[in-house]
Amino acid sequence: MTEITCKLLVIGAGPGGYTCAIRAGQLGIDTIVVEAEKPGGTCLNVGCIPSKALIHAAGEYETIAAAAEGKSVPGISSAKPGLDFAKTIAWKDGIVRRLNGGVAGLLKKAGVRLIAGHARFRDGKSVEVKTPSGSQMIHAETVVIATGSEPIAIPTLPFGGRVISSTEALALTDIPNKLIVVGGGYIGLELGTAFAKMGAAVTVVEATSRILPQYDAGLSAPVRTRLSALGVNVLTGAKAKALVSDGTALAVETADGQQILDADKILVTVGRRPVTSGFGLETLDLDMNGPFVGIDDRCHTSMRGVFAIGDVTGEPMLAHRAMAQGEMVAEIVAGRHRAWDRVSIPAICFTDPEIVTVGLSPDEATGQGFDIKTDLFPFKANGRALTLEREDGFIRTVARADNHVLLGIQGVGAGIAELSAAFSLALEMGARLEDVAFTIHAHPTQSEAFHEAALMSLGHAIHI
Amino acid sequence: MAERVVRLPDVGEGIAEAELVEWHVKVGDVVREDAVLGAVMTDKATVEIPSPADGRVTWLAGNVGDLLAIGSDFVRLEVSGAGERAPEAAKQALPAASAAAKRADHGASAPRAPASAPPDAQRSQRSAPPLHHAIERPLAAPAVRLRAREAGVDLRQIHGTGPAGRITHDDLDALLSRGRAGTMAAPYLAQTAVTDIKIVGLRRKIAEKMSIASARIPHITYVEEIDVTALEDLRAKVNGRKLPDKPKLTLLPFLMRAMVRAIAELPHLNAHFDDEAGIVHQHAGVHIGIATQTPTGLVVPVIRHAEARDLWDCASEVARLAEAARHGGATRDELTGSTITITSLGALGGLATTPIINHPEVAIIGVNRIAIRPHWDGAAFVPRQMMNLSSSFDHRVIDGFDAAQFVQRIKLLLETPAMIFID
Repeated sequence: MTEITCKLLVIGAGPGGYTCAIRAGQLGIDTIVVEAEKPGGTCLNVGCIPSKALIHAAGEYETIAAAAEGKSVPGISSAKPGLDFAKTIAWKDGIVRRLNGGVAGLLKKAGVRLIAGHARFRDGKSVEVKTPSGSQMIHAETVVIATGSEPIAIPTLPFGGRVISSTEALALTDIPNKLIVVGGGYIGLELGTAFAKMGAAVTVVEATSRILPQYDAGLSAPVRTRLSALGVNVLTGAKAKALVSDGTALAVETADGQQILDADKILVTVGRRPVTSGFGLETLDLDMNGPFVGIDDRCHTSMRGVFAIGDVTGEPMLAHRAMAQGEMVAEIVAGRHRAWDRVSIPAICFTDPEIVTVGLSPDEATGQGFDIKTDLFPFKANGRALTLEREDGFIRTVARADNHVLLGIQGVGAGIAELSAAFSLALEMGARLEDVAFTIHAHPTQSEAFHEAALMSLGHAIHI
Repeated sequence: MAERVVRLPDVGEGIAEAELVEWHVKVGDVVREDAVLGAVMTDKATVEIPSPADGRVTWLAGNVGDLLAIGSDFVRLEVSGAGERAPEAAKQALPAASAAAKRADHGASAPRAPASAPPDAQRSQRSAPPLHHAIERPLAAPAVRLRAREAGVDLRQIHGTGPAGRITHDDLDALLSRGRAGTMAAPYLAQTAVTDIKIVGLRRKIAEKMSIASARIPHITYVEEIDVTALEDLRAKVNGRKLPDKPKLTLLPFLMRAMVRAIAELPHLNAHFDDEAGIVHQHAGVHIGIATQTPTGLVVPVIRHAEARDLWDCASEVARLAEAARHGGATRDELTGSTITITSLGALGGLATTPIINHPEVAIIGVNRIAIRPHWDGAAFVPRQMMNLSSSFDHRVIDGFDAAQFVQRIKLLLETPAMIFID
């Protein structure tokens, strides 16, 4: 076994791990990052990036298909589009490969050593890595746990055969004729919508009373409407029980009794759990926070010199949270004074329409004791939305009633993910309703709805 | 919308006015029923006044430190629905009394008219979550927060001049430049600032009592040295072998028992002197006040009937009352009615003190620090644990001779502790 030493060892090269390693490298810290798979983690390989590629492809296909059916902008006609899905997947894989190479290149440029292999803690400062060329023992002054998360399986519906997780869904070579999505959260609906647009007959099985239960009903309603328009069958208050008919159908229990649904694929997206086993974490005996590794406001675990970042540390399990934590930890290791003080962690649901949320919802704000002003401006009254043929959705602001400081901003609408930057900046800067109201928002854009929502709370919206 | 007046309820026994010590609301605030509006202080009990209804505060009776007459308007609320119901408001506000006043009522005077339910029950039935804001972080842009962190500045210490109190780069610059001026340019800068601190609440009560005691009572202070070596040996042995359910013995319970014995011989030291009537009320019961430091100031919880308590009982009562007083949970009963007082600063006890008598008592015993001092035993210097007692007496009714006798008696008992227990 070869033995090497470094100042900083990062376990996992996902968005949190690679960002931490790159920043550490920039700061001149001798850094090693260990990754069993390709660099980029869930996000880049089997999450955010490939799913967005597929969602884009599905949108393109659906636009042409709608034109072929005469449902496009009047005057535009088209033949029925074709779909060679294997090629689409290959195109998606090409994007992933480019980004894998990009991350590896950035690590190299920053002087970080990337070691491919499976890491295992020996103690809090030593990790054994099984690489194809044998075992290596790495001794580090500081260790960052960035092992991420993985899809949760349903015990009665284990992955395998027709039962797939999001990972396999992103690597299918054919569009399944009949796709059942178990779990109506954001991952299931993003993928379910994409497959529905590409011609699959999709059924969503959601156990609670409505889809996207983590969002308020106002935000999820336009998504629900659009799913119906796309022909997606949504079963709420429904529980997936087990495979029947030799695994070709799924028994679903609903309020109206049991239904048997034929399925070519059953996509289970009931959530993700932190990866906290399989790499000797238990030998460190760290303080846990439920299923997650417990951290303080500097991402320090209960063991000296051991940090943890990203999904393994808890909700929200989002790549950009992990990246911000990773950057912070690298700077702390470099001796800078840093602590987690972020106000806003935006969350985006890439359904159709898209949902963007930052900060507190109206209910959360009142629940925390704030006296609030909240108003929403509908895209129905937004010129740009009309020209895009997408007048569904709205933008909503939540502000303190006393001093008008924004507490949260939410929106639902076609293609509004990019507005998350404006929302997040407003919150992070501590903007008041007046700040938004006195900022010129370009006409004609969907962003005007943000401006108008703030004006509404101030009592003088113009366009409604 | 209607106006509802909350009047200041009768919070104590026959007092005419109470001092406003705290507002929990300001004009414009929305309050829920039972949310605390403010607090007033009478004697040494602080009483919180809750809101009798949901509403918006439109008027407050005054500023902290003001004396308010019982029954005067306390807070005016704008409430939904009809009707001024001021008399009810005052009555409903009565259960407002904090634990202190409530228990005092039960113990001392006739039970309250059955019209009102027990305060606790009434409160829990109507309990509504108070309006409160989540713990808020200072409002500042990320760049300002970063600069502050790197400069070691806690933004909570800065008053932001931006809209909604937002902390700007200029606010941070101002603070940092002040810091630099102070540390680099002139390390021995002359300070000309005067800070005005309003003496309110408990501190005002202490100030008043001390003025009366010091102005009216001609004090004679007598300091004597006590050899507590034997007592400390005994104490260590008892503490080492005591059962776990017994309290740890400090010096105080021994002193209290010694005082009880000394008072049995010199009963006129356990008395109240009503100088206006010209009468000394000599008490048979020995109620020993223990001057106790609390976060808000000095209070004197009272060990009632020390003559009827054994050593362990004295010890546990001292521990219980000191704890209650420090956490503000001591009742009015427990804070009044002493007939003689002990004052002790423990490790800070000093060599000698000049204690001020707890008016209208006639004697106070001050305990000074125990220290090992050389003692000439006739043949050689030997190390002994020595402690001074500094005791003050009201010289109008206690002669120096009596004072000396009293202290000498205590000295004898403490130096030969077995005598405390032998009848």
